[in-house]
Amino acid sequence: MRNIILSMFAAAAALSLYTVAHAQDKTLTVYTYESFLSDWGPGPKVKEAFEKTCACNVKFVGVADGVALLTRLKLEGQDTDADLALGLDTNLVSEAKVTGLFDAHGLDLAAVKVPGSYSDDTFVPYDYGHFAVVYDTEAMKNPPKSLRELVDGDPSQKIAIEDPRTSTPGLGLLLWVKSVYGDKAPEAWAKLKNRILTVAPGWSEAYGLFTKGEVPMVFSYTTSPAYHMVEEKTERYQAASFAEGHYIQIEVAGILKGASEKELAKEFLKFMVSPAFQDIIPTTNWMMPAAKISGALPDAFNKLVQPQKTFLMGSDEVARNRQAWIDEWLTAMSMN
Amino acid sequence: MLLTRGERRRGIAWGLMSFASIALFVAIAVVALLSWDADGAQSRLFTAYTWRILRFTLWQAMLSTLLSVGLALPVALALARRPDFPCRTWIVRLLALPMGLPVLIGALGLIGIWGRQGLINGLLLTLGLDQPISIYGLSGILLAHVFFNLPLATRLLLAALERQPAEYWLLSASLGMKPLSVFRFVEWPAVKNVIPGIGALVFMLCATSFTLVLLLGGGPAATTLEVAIYQSLRFDFDPPRAVALALLQIVITGVILLGMALLPTPDDPGAASGRTSRRFDGQALSVRLWDSFAILAATVFLIMPLASILAAGLRANLWNLASSAAFLTAAWTSFSIALSAGMLTIVTALAIIAGREAVADMKKPAASARGFAAMLAGTSSLVLLVPPVVLGTGWFLVLRPLGDVGRFAPLLVAVINMLMALPFVMRVLEPAIETHRQRTARLSASLGLSGPSRLWHIDLPVLLKPLATALSFAMALSLGDLGAVALFGSNDLVTLPWLVYSRLSSYRTNDADGLALMLGIICLLLTILGTTGRRGAENG
Repeated sequence: MRNIILSMFAAAAALSLYTVAHAQDKTLTVYTYESFLSDWGPGPKVKEAFEKTCACNVKFVGVADGVALLTRLKLEGQDTDADLALGLDTNLVSEAKVTGLFDAHGLDLAAVKVPGSYSDDTFVPYDYGHFAVVYDTEAMKNPPKSLRELVDGDPSQKIAIEDPRTSTPGLGLLLWVKSVYGDKAPEAWAKLKNRILTVAPGWSEAYGLFTKGEVPMVFSYTTSPAYHMVEEKTERYQAASFAEGHYIQIEVAGILKGASEKELAKEFLKFMVSPAFQDIIPTTNWMMPAAKISGALPDAFNKLVQPQKTFLMGSDEVARNRQAWIDEWLTAMSMN
Repeated sequence: MLLTRGERRRGIAWGLMSFASIALFVAIAVVALLSWDADGAQSRLFTAYTWRILRFTLWQAMLSTLLSVGLALPVALALARRPDFPCRTWIVRLLALPMGLPVLIGALGLIGIWGRQGLINGLLLTLGLDQPISIYGLSGILLAHVFFNLPLATRLLLAALERQPAEYWLLSASLGMKPLSVFRFVEWPAVKNVIPGIGALVFMLCATSFTLVLLLGGGPAATTLEVAIYQSLRFDFDPPRAVALALLQIVITGVILLGMALLPTPDDPGAASGRTSRRFDGQALSVRLWDSFAILAATVFLIMPLASILAAGLRANLWNLASSAAFLTAAWTSFSIALSAGMLTIVTALAIIAGREAVADMKKPAASARGFAAMLAGTSSLVLLVPPVVLGTGWFLVLRPLGDVGRFAPLLVAVINMLMALPFVMRVLEPAIETHRQRTARLSASLGLSGPSRLWHIDLPVLLKPLATALSFAMALSLGDLGAVALFGSNDLVTLPWLVYSRLSSYRTNDADGLALMLGIICLLLTILGTTGRRGAENG
């Protein structure tokens, strides 16, 4: 009998020791999009840099793309494991707030510098970039010079785009077309449809098709060519400058209300707007930093398209109309 | 009256139980769909988008059917006319291969051959054609549907042709009939009766096609109902739309099934390879050339994608892949789901068969009992009416309020896989058990053997083989399935097909190819195990 009691004590002691040991090893769970986590993306470096400062583990969970990330959080509701969602953009902010799943960050964000000096009590910007059509100079001699030229151009020259239902670039293109065409957007889509090789669920998929040579144009960012210039030393892939102006994307992260590691999540957001994080962004996520970096941007960034005009819709307007515009898009795109 | 009363009562109870659980499982899903925000669903039902999807679903299914059956006919005629064609047995076996291949893997092989970077487009480009053929959209879907259904249609047509008595061929030769007359008076009458049934079957398969359209659709213009249901849940999280589409899907499959029930069912192709009659017609050079062309073209069409899977898969670092944590976890998940699904299928099938047996054993079964037996048979095919994506959607809505759906996901996937395998497993087990009973029932009754001792001494030794066959068949189906897992797949639930799909969609194609090869081989081995065992059971 004594033996049993003793061994139970031992087990209890071991268990509590185990819990203590574990408590020191806190884990921050971050939901983000797929390309953030790829071997060449910012994920691995960010994890390493933050873990040095926090005595914790960073666990990244990848979802196809930014809109899918929000859908996933809606699906999981209050029970989500996520402490932090990284990879929504300003277009989705209002819709994300309406879910009631996010908590205000309560941080001072003077360090953040993004076009239009965007600031929000719940979401913190970590990078930005202008959307653009990126083309392969070897497959295309006369790239479109405006959105209208893209829509009206030769349908045999194809483009890979992203699905606005899953992807923030996809949604960006939808809003860009809406900004330029207004009520005539469905007609524009019906026409553009003939140029679309495939509608990929996420940016990685579309860009993968492009670099594999399956398609001469892809919907991406003005900053994408920098990757090829820096990493591959080639100017083969270029962004097309559009006369109407470019739609901008400001990517943000936010803390979940149900986060089990709320303090840690706040620490992460602070870290996110510090040079330690921002230095990683330009040459891994290939976007513009949202705060000061310690050095200068690589030369390649000076050779990129500099949009003359920037479109950005209010997040409330997007939240009000997203469903209707997606329905409109589906209807136009499903025309045979 | 060979069963004791207790046995009969137990049989009925088993049957009732399996019926009740399947019906409940399906009914809960359907009721959940029906009761979910009906107003929203109604407004979603009558949108231009919904109707376009419906139209495209039916349109591509019709084209796929016409192409598959239309192209299968010359191949089947040629194969029937040439019993001595070199490697004919192997060609006929090849026809069985696509059925056992997970759809996802087949699609990968097709992309390898017909994709922009594939063999065919490379060839066309060197020939000076500057517009590559696109595998995305309608053309890709049709191509893939023909790849999977042409062999099926060919086997069924061939079986019908080979059932014609040998005397017919002898007679037509001695009458000096030209090929056209042979076709008109001997061959056509043989295939005429089965073509509508085959057509309906292929139409059904194409109308409910999920994986191929998901992979090759390339946009909202080429979306079937099944894919649209999946997208409206996974992409939009728009349950009303999912519900509207799911209900539409049930109506469509219901109509097709009704049509199929009115048509004569084509015979099981299992027996196709065995009998061949000596043929005296078609000796003219032109006919010989035509037949060779038809057979070779079909063979090349089927072999190329398979070879491409093999070649691409071998290029990947298989050893690294096989020892990677991602593969091992996915393999373990897949295996446990497949094993549970397989066991569940066997138990359910046995319960259904026990129920039907008990009714059949009655001296004068009441109408209600006979109805019960028929209903049991129908239950096993319920999944055809309510497709996996619809079931998944319904259960998703039921479980969502209870918390994280991911926790229930493995169980749900296993049960849905079970329902998918049930119609096939029934076709293996029921005849086997029936034959076995006819042989041994009187003997065991006279020996007074019943219960466990009968099971152990009489049933198990004989039925072990068909049981193993059914299990391997069900497991192969579950291992290769993407449809059920697609709705629930997440970082916590990764099966092998889901892993292949996610690698593929992040364009780590090299990994995907390697994984595909491994998964394809496992599934084919299981299916081959299944079919050979089945032939043994039928002959033995």
